[in-house]
Amino acid sequence: MKRDKVIGAILLAVALSAITGLAIITVFIFREGVPIILRVGPRQFFLSTDWDPSLGHFGILSMMVGSLFVTVGAAVIGVVFSLSLAIVLTQFAPPGLSAALKPVIELLAGIPSVVYGFVGVVTLVPLIRQWLGGPGLSVLAASIVLGVMILPTITSIAIDALQAVPKSYLEGSIALGATRWQTVTMVLLRAARSGLVAAIILGMGRAIGETMAVIMVAGNALDVPRSLLAPVRTLTSNIALEMGYASGDHRQALFATGVTLFVIITILNTAALAISRQRAGKRRAT
Amino acid sequence: MRLSPVTSQRLAVGFMWLLTGITFAVLVFILAFILVHGLPHVTWTFLTHSPASMGREGGIFPMILGTFLVAGLAVLLAAPIGVATAVYLSEYTREGRLTLVIRFGADCLSGVPSIIFGLFGFVFFAITLGMGLSVLSGSLTLALMVLPTIIRTSEEAIRAVPTSYREVSLGLGGTRWQTVFYVVLRSALPGISTGIVLSLGRSISETAAVMLTAGSALRLPRSLFDSSRTLALHFYLLSREGISMPNAYATASVLIIAILALNLLAYALMRRFAVKVGH
Amino acid sequence: MASRALGAACMKSIFPTLVVLLVFGTICTGCRRTSERSVSLLGSTSIQPFAEMLAERYAKDHPGEFVEVQGGGSTAGLQATESGLVNIGMCSRSLTAKEALVFTSILIARDGLALVVNRENPVIKLSVEQVRALFAGRVTNWRDVGGKHGPIRPITREEGSGTRESFVRLVMGKERIAGRALTQESNGAVKELVKGDPAAIGYMSLGLVDKDLKAVAIDGIQPTVENVLADRYHLVRPLLFVTKGAANVAARKFIDFVLSPPGQNLLASEGLVKSQ
Repeated sequence: MKRDKVIGAILLAVALSAITGLAIITVFIFREGVPIILRVGPRQFFLSTDWDPSLGHFGILSMMVGSLFVTVGAAVIGVVFSLSLAIVLTQFAPPGLSAALKPVIELLAGIPSVVYGFVGVVTLVPLIRQWLGGPGLSVLAASIVLGVMILPTITSIAIDALQAVPKSYLEGSIALGATRWQTVTMVLLRAARSGLVAAIILGMGRAIGETMAVIMVAGNALDVPRSLLAPVRTLTSNIALEMGYASGDHRQALFATGVTLFVIITILNTAALAISRQRAGKRRAT
Repeated sequence: MRLSPVTSQRLAVGFMWLLTGITFAVLVFILAFILVHGLPHVTWTFLTHSPASMGREGGIFPMILGTFLVAGLAVLLAAPIGVATAVYLSEYTREGRLTLVIRFGADCLSGVPSIIFGLFGFVFFAITLGMGLSVLSGSLTLALMVLPTIIRTSEEAIRAVPTSYREVSLGLGGTRWQTVFYVVLRSALPGISTGIVLSLGRSISETAAVMLTAGSALRLPRSLFDSSRTLALHFYLLSREGISMPNAYATASVLIIAILALNLLAYALMRRFAVKVGH
Repeated sequence: MASRALGAACMKSIFPTLVVLLVFGTICTGCRRTSERSVSLLGSTSIQPFAEMLAERYAKDHPGEFVEVQGGGSTAGLQATESGLVNIGMCSRSLTAKEALVFTSILIARDGLALVVNRENPVIKLSVEQVRALFAGRVTNWRDVGGKHGPIRPITREEGSGTRESFVRLVMGKERIAGRALTQESNGAVKELVKGDPAAIGYMSLGLVDKDLKAVAIDGIQPTVENVLADRYHLVRPLLFVTKGAANVAARKFIDFVLSPPGQNLLASEGLVKSQ
C-alpha cells in the first residue's frame, strides 16, 4: 500500500537521523580524544600520574586508579547489600511484602545524584573525619555513596536472575532434605551465577560514570590514594572540574579521558551481556 | 565448632534481613533528611517568585520553569524519534548485521556517563554551533543522552509483543503500519512509556550535562536561547557554596517530590495500560 | 477509519521530523545571539557574587535591562569571552602578555587574598614562607607552625581559577602545590570545607570571608580592607571585567555603572577595595 510505503520512508528518515546523530557523537568524541593520546604517547597518557595541564603533562593514571578504587569499593558494598536484598525479597519474604518493597527500591534510583552527594557531605563525611580520621572526603565516602546509588540497579537485575532459576531446582533441593539457606547457597546462587555477575558488572558500569556525587564527597586530590581514607579524584570528576576552562590540548585530553571511559564501560557492558547470554545458552542446552 | 544447618540458616537469613533493614533505613533517612529540613520552607511564594541575592532570598520559579523547559523539551524531542527508530528497527527491517551493530551502539551509548554528553554538548552545541549557554543547548544535549535508552527500552518492549498478535492482525487484512500502530505499539505501550518516564526523571535529575550547556543564570529565561538554571543545578550550587541551606533543602524537596510524583505516574500508567491490554 | 490512521501516522512520524527541522532552523538563526542579547558575564567565582549584586542593583535602576551572571572560574571566563559565549568575562588575576593582546581589561576593584582556617584553629598568624611550605606539603603538622598537634589539610582551587593563579604568583612562586591538596571548584566550596574541617587551610577572596572563618595575618599584617588600601597587606589581586575588543553598547552601560560611584560604593561596602 502506498500509505504504508510513505510511512515506512518517514520512519526510515527518522531512524536514520537518530542513528546519524548518535554516530556523530561517538565519532566526535573519538576524533577529539584519540589524537592527543597518540601525540602524548599511550604509555605516557595511561601510565603517568603526572596531570599538569599548564605544563602540558597529561597522565591519567592516578585518576584511573581513583575510579578503580571507588568503583570496586562501591561494588563490594553494592554486592553485599543488593544480594541480601534480592535473596530476601525472592526467597524469604512473604509475597505481599515483596511486591510492596520492590517499587520502593526503584525509588532509590530516582533520587538525584546531587542529593546523594549532599547527604553524604553533610552526614557521612564528618562521621568519617571524626571517627576514622583523614579529611573525611575520601575513597571510603565515595564508595559508600556510590554503593547506595547502584543498589537499585544491581538489585533489580539480581532479582530477575534469581527468579529465572527454575522452581524445580529449588523444590528438588528441598525434597532432598536441604534447608532453605542451603538451597540458596548450593543451588540458587550457583544457578543464577552468570546473571548475578552481569548485575554486578552493570552496577560497576554505573558507578564509574557517576560524576556529581563523587565530586562532592571524594576530595578531588590529584595524588594516587594511599588508603581508604585518602582523598581521590576520578576520571569523571576530572572532566567536570576542568571542562569549563580547558582549551586546546587540555580540552582534547579531557575528550581522551572521555574516550577511555567510553571504552571501559563498553567493555564492561559487553562482558555483562556475554556472561548473561552464556547463561541462557547453558539453559537451552539443559 | 560446627553449626547445624538450621542455625546457620537462622544466622544467615537474620543477617540478610538486617542488611535489608539497613537499606530501607538509609532510603528513609535520605528522604526524611531532605524533606524535614526543606518542606517547611517550600511556600507558595517560594515556588512562584524569582531568587534574589544569588538565591539567598526569594524563590525558585525560574528554576522550575528552566527544568520544565530543558528536561521537557529533551524528552519531547527524544521520545518520538526514539520510538520511531525502535519501530523501524524491529518492524521494518530484517534482523541482520546492521541491526545488531545499531543495537550494540545504542547499548554502549546508554551506558556512557552523562558528563561526556555534557562535554560534547558544550563543545558542539554551545560553542561550535554558536547556541551558547542556553535552554536549547541543554535540551539537545539531554535529548541525545536519553535517546539510546528510549530506543533500547522501546525496542525491547516491541520485541516482547508475541508474534501471534502481528500474525492475527495481518491475517485479518491489516497493513503493516496498521498492525504496528494499533496492535504492536498498543501492546508495547507500558514498556515504552516506562522508558520515556524514566528518561524524563533522568533528565530532571541531571546536573553534570546541564552545567555547561544550559548554564546557570538565575533570571527567568525569555526564550530558548537564554541560559537557565535547573532545580538540580540550583540545589547543587546553593548547597556547595553555602549560599542558603534552608533554600537548598527546599529546592531539593521540590525536586524529590517532582521525581517521586513522576515515578508514581509511571507506575500507575504501566498498570493501567497493562490492564487495558490484558497482560 | 482510514483517515484516522493517516492522522495518527502524521502525528507519529511527520511531527518528529518537523520538530527536528524546526530545531535545525532555529539553530541557524540562533547563532550570533550574544550581540543582540543584553549583558552576560561569566568567569571568576570570586567576582560572581559581587557581579550578581551589581546586576540586581542595575536591574532595579534600569528596568528591562537583562544582566546574566555565571561562574566557572577566571580562565573559563576568558574563553567564554573569546568564543563569544558571553560579552564580559570576569577575571580575578592579571592577564598574561598573550591574553592582553586579545582582550581589553577593565579594573573594577581590588581584592585581598585571604588565608583562612577553621574557627577552632588556634593559629592566627603565618609567614608567607610558612604558607608556601604548608601548601607544598613540606610542613604537615599544625604543631610546626604554632598550632595544636594534628595534620594540616591544604585546600586548593581548580587550575582555571584566577584565585589559584593569583595565589601561585603571590605565594608559591616556583613551588608546586602538593598533590594531596583537596580541590574545590569555587570560593564558596572552599569556605564550606574550611568551616567544617578544623584541620583545613584554604585561600579565598578576602571580600567573601565572613564570621564563620578566620583569616590569618600574613607576615604580621592583618588581612583587612584598610591594610590592602594602605598597601601593607601584600596579597592583593585585581578584579577585572574583560571584553574582546570594545564592549557592545549594553555591556558598556553596565561597565560604566560598575565603575560609577554607586557601583564602586556597593563593592566597597561588601569588602572589596575600590579600583581607584
